[in-house]
Amino acid sequence: MLGEGILKGLAETAKNFAGSYVSKERLTTVQYPEERAEHIEASRVFPFLVYDGPDAFAGMRCVSCQICEKECPPKCIYIEKSKDKKPDYVGKPQNYPVRFDIDISVCMSCQICVEVCPFDAIKMDSVFEMATDNRFGGLLLDREKLLKSNEYYHSIHPTEATEVDGRLAEEKAKVEAKAKAAAEAAAAKAAAEAAAPKTAAPAAAPAAKPDAPKPTGGAE
Amino acid sequence: MTLSAAEFGARQHAGGKALPEGRMVIDPESGGDLLEVSMGPHHPSTHGVFRMDVALDGERIVRLKPVFGYLHRNHEKLGEEHSYLASMPYTDRLDYICSLTNNWAYALAVEKLVGQEVPERAEYLRLIVGELTRMQNHILSVGFLIQDMGASGTPLMYGFREREKILDLFEALTGSRMMCNYMRFGGCRVDATPEWLDGVRKVVAGMPAFADEFERLLCTNEILMARTQGVGVLRPELAVSAGVTGPALRASGVNYDIRKVDRYGIYDRFDFKVPLGEHGDVYDRFMIRLLELRQSIRILEQALKDVPGGPVMDPKAKIRNFRPKPGEAYGRIEAPKGELGFYLISDGTGNPYRYRVRPPSFVNLTVLEDMCLGYSVADVVLILGSIDIVLGEVDR
Ligand code: SF4
Ligand code: SF4
Repeated sequence: MLGEGILKGLAETAKNFAGSYVSKERLTTVQYPEERAEHIEASRVFPFLVYDGPDAFAGMRCVSCQICEKECPPKCIYIEKSKDKKPDYVGKPQNYPVRFDIDISVCMSCQICVEVCPFDAIKMDSVFEMATDNRFGGLLLDREKLLKSNEYYHSIHPTEATEVDGRLAEEKAKVEAKAKAAAEAAAAKAAAEAAAPKTAAPAAAPAAKPDAPKPTGGAE
Repeated sequence: MTLSAAEFGARQHAGGKALPEGRMVIDPESGGDLLEVSMGPHHPSTHGVFRMDVALDGERIVRLKPVFGYLHRNHEKLGEEHSYLASMPYTDRLDYICSLTNNWAYALAVEKLVGQEVPERAEYLRLIVGELTRMQNHILSVGFLIQDMGASGTPLMYGFREREKILDLFEALTGSRMMCNYMRFGGCRVDATPEWLDGVRKVVAGMPAFADEFERLLCTNEILMARTQGVGVLRPELAVSAGVTGPALRASGVNYDIRKVDRYGIYDRFDFKVPLGEHGDVYDRFMIRLLELRQSIRILEQALKDVPGGPVMDPKAKIRNFRPKPGEAYGRIEAPKGELGFYLISDGTGNPYRYRVRPPSFVNLTVLEDMCLGYSVADVVLILGSIDIVLGEVDR
């Protein structure tokens, strides 16, 4: 019969129409901004810089190695390396970025900077409501805007952040154990050379000393 | 602008194109004027920024010239300027509907270049995301085809509803819905959790019901059949000689599927069929996609039964300072739209010396004129939709 196919199709749409009143499965539209879709842990938007502890500057993980700047495909990261150094999370003096800009009008959210960073300093954010009426300054994120705390990182990517913390704590413990061993060796040496107390003490890694008693701290 | 029939007719005859029976041949002697119409570049049904210069005799197409390049982003040259890894996110933007299969083809080419092996689990994940990509591409292309026909909304929205579930899975795994940037040379970037695999199982389990629904909705619809059957016929000889691949080729009855021919990845472990068309018309191309959807479900059902454990990345694979030895490689896969290939020449530095993409939509588009000659303007829109092109890939 001519028109049978059309009727069959109409029956299908009728079913869907009626179904949308009873089955939640069929109501897929999320009424943004009143409603929001559930946050997906892996989702990524633009990168941000992680810092540990309460102070953004002191806890900044980035050591300004500029690997991300070099690997970023559209070249939207601009870093200016500091002349002086500040201690990083294990206490080793490192450079830090005096300027760290990401031009998010160019950034394509590819996550390559995150992958190549050897210091777990840069991670992907999940904030997407970044509309601005200033297409130049408004879309150029500087260091202050980029720095976000480790707690924030935990709140958006809990699994990944815990993993990173574990890795960092492990590394820190390793460095500390090494420093402790070195300190002990130096102390032994100093004791051995007690007869002739000369220049042994100042050379023996003094920076790591205060942290030495707690080898597995770090994971918050 | 009007042009004389004689001018175009003569050109048509000189080209020696044999038109199938039933199509109108313009007689250059008959006189009369032709109307030249520019369709696009912003016509809503042109799937991106694409223009067709058509010459019409009444309603009939006498000549059609595709004009593209509006979306040219210098992809290949950029590939030569960038490191191997940095091109990976750019491949997402070729055929932006199917970023994961683009990743796969590129990763395959580089792996061939350096002789890199891929761990078992990564192969499974690649296959799973690849087939999910094929499913959502076919759902979408059918939806858009029907939309082009004038059924605005309903079938396309049903398609979008299903595709949304797949995109959610992509986001949960890769972090992005469309620009996934997931595969690496020697594996995949992140591992899938058991919950994610359960999510895939759930979506795949719901797919046959959707395929049934879609088929009931569309396949026997009289209007659809009248509009698509016998329209835009692509003869198999022409398809083969023009290098057409993918569903468009198989709809013309040529049995050529790179998953079966090359058996790349782990496709040889699964049992699936290659659906073939008979007439090579728009209806066959539409049906092929629905049938391939079912085959993808079948592959996924088998693959999801036992996904092996283990690493997803070869631990020896390098991310930074990746410098292949001098040489060349061509890696290709059966992307949802056809044969997607990457050709790379390495000169031993960190950037490829030559980086070339063989995009399926671009090659499939070359037969557009031959498919359209003699049909009406309204059919052109359908025929274009049935090839399933994405301009990101055509223009690169
Ligand atoms: S973010 Fe990471 S890769 Fe980039 S400069 Fe800082 S430490 Fe280096
Ligand atoms: S996400 Fe990609 S484009 Fe954006 S800053 Fe990082 S590497 Fe550059």
